[in-house]
Amino acid sequence: MNSMRYSLMIALLFALVMCLFAGSLLIGPAAIGLKASVAALFQGEGEMVTLVMREVRLPRAILGALVGGALGLSGAVMQGLLRNPLAEPGLIGTSSAAALGAVITIQTGLSAAFALALPLAALAGALISVGLILLLAGPRGTILTLILAGIGLSALATAFTSLVLNLSPNPFAASEIMFWMMGSLADRSMLHVQLALPFMVLGALIMARTGGWLKALTLGEDAATSMGVNVTRLRILLVVATASLVGAATAVAGAIGFVGLIVPHLLRRAVGANPTRLLWASALGGAAVILAADVAVRIIAPDRDLKLGVLTALVGAPFFLNLILRTRRETA
Amino acid sequence: MSDCAAHSKRIIAGLALVAGLALPVAAEGPRRVVSINLCTDLLAMQMAAPGQLVSVSNLAADPHSSVMAAEAAAYPANYGLAEEVFLLKPDLVVAGEYTARATTSLLERLGIPVVKFAPATSLDDIPAHLERMGAALGREAEAQAMIEAFNADRAALAPTGDDLRPLAALYYANGYSTGLNTLSGRVLDAAGLRNAAAEAGLVRGGTLPLEVLIMAAPDMVIRGNRYPGASRSEDILDHPALAHLGASSETPILADRDWICGTPRILDVVARLTEARATLEDAR
Repeated sequence: MNSMRYSLMIALLFALVMCLFAGSLLIGPAAIGLKASVAALFQGEGEMVTLVMREVRLPRAILGALVGGALGLSGAVMQGLLRNPLAEPGLIGTSSAAALGAVITIQTGLSAAFALALPLAALAGALISVGLILLLAGPRGTILTLILAGIGLSALATAFTSLVLNLSPNPFAASEIMFWMMGSLADRSMLHVQLALPFMVLGALIMARTGGWLKALTLGEDAATSMGVNVTRLRILLVVATASLVGAATAVAGAIGFVGLIVPHLLRRAVGANPTRLLWASALGGAAVILAADVAVRIIAPDRDLKLGVLTALVGAPFFLNLILRTRRETA
Repeated sequence: MSDCAAHSKRIIAGLALVAGLALPVAAEGPRRVVSINLCTDLLAMQMAAPGQLVSVSNLAADPHSSVMAAEAAAYPANYGLAEEVFLLKPDLVVAGEYTARATTSLLERLGIPVVKFAPATSLDDIPAHLERMGAALGREAEAQAMIEAFNADRAALAPTGDDLRPLAALYYANGYSTGLNTLSGRVLDAAGLRNAAAEAGLVRGGTLPLEVLIMAAPDMVIRGNRYPGASRSEDILDHPALAHLGASSETPILADRDWICGTPRILDVVARLTEARATLEDAR
C-alpha cells in the first residue's frame, strides 16, 4: 500500500516535471506556435526556429530540470546527513561558497583556459564549506549552531565574491554579484549543460549507491554502526556527492536558495519519512520548482532577466520562518 | 548726481572686464583649455592648436573607451573633479551635456566658462559638433576644413542604390543591441546594412533576446569587444547559436570605443563595415 502510494507520487511528480519542461520549451520572447515549435525540435523543420528550440530553449529547460533536481536532492541529503530540518545548501553557505569558487576561476581566466575548472572550483568551494560547517557545528550540532555557522560562512563567501567582482577589470563583473547571489538560467547554452552534467551524474550515482544507508544514519550513529555501516565513510561520500551537485548547479546557474529546503519538507510526509525515498522525490520536486520559477520569470518580466532566487526566496523565506516557529514549539 | 554717474560707469567698466575675461576674443581663442569628457577630449585633440589643450579626461587614454588612446597619452589626465580642473587655471572647459553637472555648475560659479556638448546620436550631428568646438577654441578655419573633409569622406562611403543592404545586428554583452536612433545604429545604416534590432522594434538601445535575434535571421552578427577579466554577461557572445548565425572570428566586431563618440574618426568604422558588407555580398 505504502509502496504503491510512493510509486504513484513519483509518477505524478514525473508528470509534473514533464509538463513544466514542455512549458519551458514553449514559452519565450520569440512567439513561435506550438506546432512549429514541436516540428522544429523533433524534425528540425525551419532553420531559425530549430536554432531557437535546440540551442536556446532546450538547454535552458534541461538546465532548469538538472539544477532543480540537484538542489532538491542535496537539500534532502543535507537534512538527513546533518539530522537537521533547516539544513539546505543555500542557507548553510554551500551555494555561496560554490559561487565564490566559480567566480575566482572566471576572474583569474582559469575557466577560459580549461573549461572544467569552473565546475571543479565550485565543487571545491562547496566541499570546503560543508567541511567547515561540520567542523563548526559538529555532526550532532544543534539546529541553532548549524544555522549560525551557515550564516557566518555564507556572509564570508558572499563578501569575497563581491570583492573579487568589484576588483575585476571587467566593467560587467560588478553587476553580476546579483547573478551569483540569486541565480538565473538566461542565455545559457548546451556548453553549460556539458559542464554541469558529469558532476551531477557523479553526485546522483553516489547518492543512488549510498542513499539506502541514509535511513540507518537517521537512527543514530551507534545504531548505524551496529547495522554494519561505516559511518565516517558514508558521511564523506554523501558530502562529496552534495558538493558535486551543488557545485555543478551553482557554477552554471548561480546560487538559488530555499529549493533544497521547501521541497523535502513538502514531500516528507508523503514518502512516510523514509529518507531514501525522500531523495528521489525531492530531486523531482526540485526540478519542478526551478522549471516553474524559470517559466514564471519569463512571463513576469520577459526582458528584465528577473533572478530565479528572487522567486524561490519570496516563497521559501516565509516557509523557513514558519519552520523555525514549528521547530521552536517542538523543542520547547 | 555726478557721483552716481561715475559709480555706474565703474560698474559698466567692471562688467566689461568680467565679460572680457569670460568670453575671450574669438580670433585668438582660449589659451588653456581643459576637457573633462571623453567625446570633447577627442574633438579637442583633433582640433586644438599646439599647447592650447592642457588636459584631457582620464578615459581618453584608456584604449577600451578611446580611439585616440595613444595621442591622449601626451596630455596630462584629469578625473573631471572641479577642484583639480580649477587648479589647472583653464580659461575654457569643454564638457559633456549630461556628465558631472555638479562639476560644471561649480566651475561656472567660479567664473570659468564651460561649453557643453550633447552626445552625438547620428552622423549628422558631427559637423555641428565640429563647428561648435571650432568656435569655442577659436579654430574656425580648422573646423571648417575638418567638416569639408568629413562630408567628402562620408559621401564617398555612401551606399549606392544597387547594393543589397544585407540584414545585420549589433550584439553586445547581456544581449544588448541598438536600434536606428543611436550613433551605432546610424553607423550600420551608413555602411549600407539594415538593422535587425530596429526591425524587431528597438528604437534606441536595449535588450534583444537571443531568440528574437535568431528569428530575425540576420546575415551578419556584429559583436562587441571583450573586456579583460571575464564576465558572465559576455558569455552570450560565445553562444553556439551565434556561430550558426555566421558570427565567426572573421566577422568584424564593433568595439564600444568605436561608437561612443561622434567624431570624424567614426568614418573608419563605417569603412570597415562597408568592406564587410561587400565581402558578404561577394560571397552570395
